[in-house]
Amino acid sequence: MTLPKTVEEASVVEHVWLSNQVRKLVLYAPQIAKEAVSGQFVHLRVADQIDPLLRRPISLSSADAIDGKISLIYRVVGHGTERLSRLSFGEIVDCLGPLGQGFALDAVRPLLIGGGMGIAPLVFLAECLRPAPIEILLGGRTKEELFWTEIFKDNCEQLHITTDDGTLGTKGVTLDILPELLQHGKFDRIYVCGPRPMMEGAAKIAKEFGITCQVSLEAHMACGVGACLSCTCAGKNGKRHKICSDGPVFWAEEVF
Amino acid sequence: MGENMLEVEIAGIKMKTPVIAASGTFGFGLEYTDFIDLNKIGAISVKGTTLKPRAGNSGCRIAETPAGMLNSIGLENPGAEHFLAVTLPKLAAYNVPVIVNISGSTVEEYGELAAMLDVPGVAALEVNISCPNVKHGGLVFGTDCNSAASVTRQIKKSTKKPVIVKLSPNVTDIATMAKAVEEAGADAISLINTLLGMAIDIKSWRPVLGNTVGGLSGPCVKPVAVRMTWQVASAVQVPVIGMGGIMTGQDAIEFLLAGACAVMVGTANFVNPRAMETVAAEIKEYLLARGLKHVSELVGQVRV
Ligand SMILES: Cc1cc2nc3c(=O)[nH]c(=O)nc-3n(C[C@H](O)[C@H](O)[C@H](O)COP(=O)(O)OP(=O)(O)OC[C@H]3O[C@@H](n4cnc5c(N)ncnc54)[C@H](O)[C@@H]3O)c2cc1C
Ligand SMILES: Cc1cc2nc3c(=O)[nH]c(=O)nc-3n(C[C@H](O)[C@H](O)[C@H](O)COP(=O)(O)O)c2cc1C
Repeated sequence: MTLPKTVEEASVVEHVWLSNQVRKLVLYAPQIAKEAVSGQFVHLRVADQIDPLLRRPISLSSADAIDGKISLIYRVVGHGTERLSRLSFGEIVDCLGPLGQGFALDAVRPLLIGGGMGIAPLVFLAECLRPAPIEILLGGRTKEELFWTEIFKDNCEQLHITTDDGTLGTKGVTLDILPELLQHGKFDRIYVCGPRPMMEGAAKIAKEFGITCQVSLEAHMACGVGACLSCTCAGKNGKRHKICSDGPVFWAEEVF
Repeated sequence: MGENMLEVEIAGIKMKTPVIAASGTFGFGLEYTDFIDLNKIGAISVKGTTLKPRAGNSGCRIAETPAGMLNSIGLENPGAEHFLAVTLPKLAAYNVPVIVNISGSTVEEYGELAAMLDVPGVAALEVNISCPNVKHGGLVFGTDCNSAASVTRQIKKSTKKPVIVKLSPNVTDIATMAKAVEEAGADAISLINTLLGMAIDIKSWRPVLGNTVGGLSGPCVKPVAVRMTWQVASAVQVPVIGMGGIMTGQDAIEFLLAGACAVMVGTANFVNPRAMETVAAEIKEYLLARGLKHVSELVGQVRV
């Protein structure tokens, strides 16, 4: 299935720091907002010049067809995101999207599992899954990263947290407590976005429990529309998937 | 006014503009129909096609570099049979010449591919003898005059389509390569393919690309590409198609002045999916502003 995509000159409505490295960018991008579904991303041209040259992919953390706004939550990690972080109110950013295939929204009792910046697309997903009762499992390094709790608190029944250093929630990683959560047997779907080992591990546990699982993959990409083949990965039976256009969301069994 | 000022014909391929999609950067064109009207671009050179499907290289396949990018896709493609059965019929819905970019690992394979693709709907073949990302093949043909000439001859024998040979910049003397393929029967020459490059992650001390090395493209290669286009256009009689780092009409005009009859736009498509439209519009504006009637008035006019 191909959804309509556009290049839109989006204007900055809000740009705030959520932690000392993570920013939330709200853009007025009515055409993208109208079409977007959760799990999709936009490809941003962070500067109107030849360096940085390529666009940067960022997941949609929300999209509102009514007020025309989309929001992005991103971590400043390098050249491109540093440029992005300099945008101020009213400035224009060239936005290609919405790109990719989103999450399947047919879950009755979903558990959303996120690690690191993989939590960003789950914000939109949680909103779209409502009114289904949602539980969320977040993993981070320390409590500083878990500003996410504030973001999710109105959109879920229960929030489970792990941190590597134990400064918030359970000490450890999400996979440590996942079997215990699934034990209750009430979930029919898990959605996972985070580091690859976490997604693979969660998919394996879900399979043991007979629960369906969707994952959102990440790869370096140039075009974002399935043309350059930078981001392809191997699927089942020799099938090749383009993460940008066949994904980034896949059923776990398609890719692991 | 100015209706036909961009129309060109190269080796029998009629194009509405001299701006062509470069192979590997525009998929099969179908990926871009939400953004750009395929009926309005000069031609499409589709993703490099091989006899059998290829999965390409493993690991990270692109790296951004200053004003450019490295790629080591490794010619991932679904193979010629799939192209003929699935993709070509879809492209028939558009009024745009389809150039099939081909790669082989032996002279015979190039011939076989050329014969298979000698079908209606294919406007021309572009022979990639210069892919830096494939271990056994590609580059050896592209860096050796005799091999390049035998590939060209084999293909000419196997097809009635116009044959465009795409040269590698990874050679000492590009004009000699150009003359060799011209003599072997090439109907046109396109250049440049990517320049072999490398990037290293100083945190992990590992190459950024899974394939260690890859092909450099984008604005950073433009001066090299313009120089080579000029050298080749000065050395051969057949039409030359120039490319390498074209982002704007101004960039394209440099190639035309250097002697290219048409240009290809590659990496720019990733940055701006409508880049080809913009490039063509800017060439037209330039012609109008200077009172020129046709794009051909620029070709090879650099005053050296
Ligand atoms: C589908 C998708 C959705 C994403 N969503 C988010 C999000 O919501 N929030 C967020 O903070 N980050 C997200 N990322 C990661 C984000 O794209 C990278 O952090 C960003 O591109 C880094 O750019 P840079 O110039 O700052 O870093 P640099 O390291 O300087 O970038 C160099 C090059 O590598 C690419 N690159 C570097 N890291 C990544 C990465 N992790 N994934 C893909 N390409 C990378 C860049 O795009 C650029 O081309 C997403 C990635 C993908 C593929
Ligand atoms: C991701 C990518 C894939 C490419 N694949 C091919 C290919 O399959 N066959 C080919 O002849 N050239 C291929 N090229 C080379 C381009 O067609 C072009 O020669 C080169 O990128 C220089 O032009 P540019 O700077 O405008 O991109 C590829 C380039 C890129 C960036």
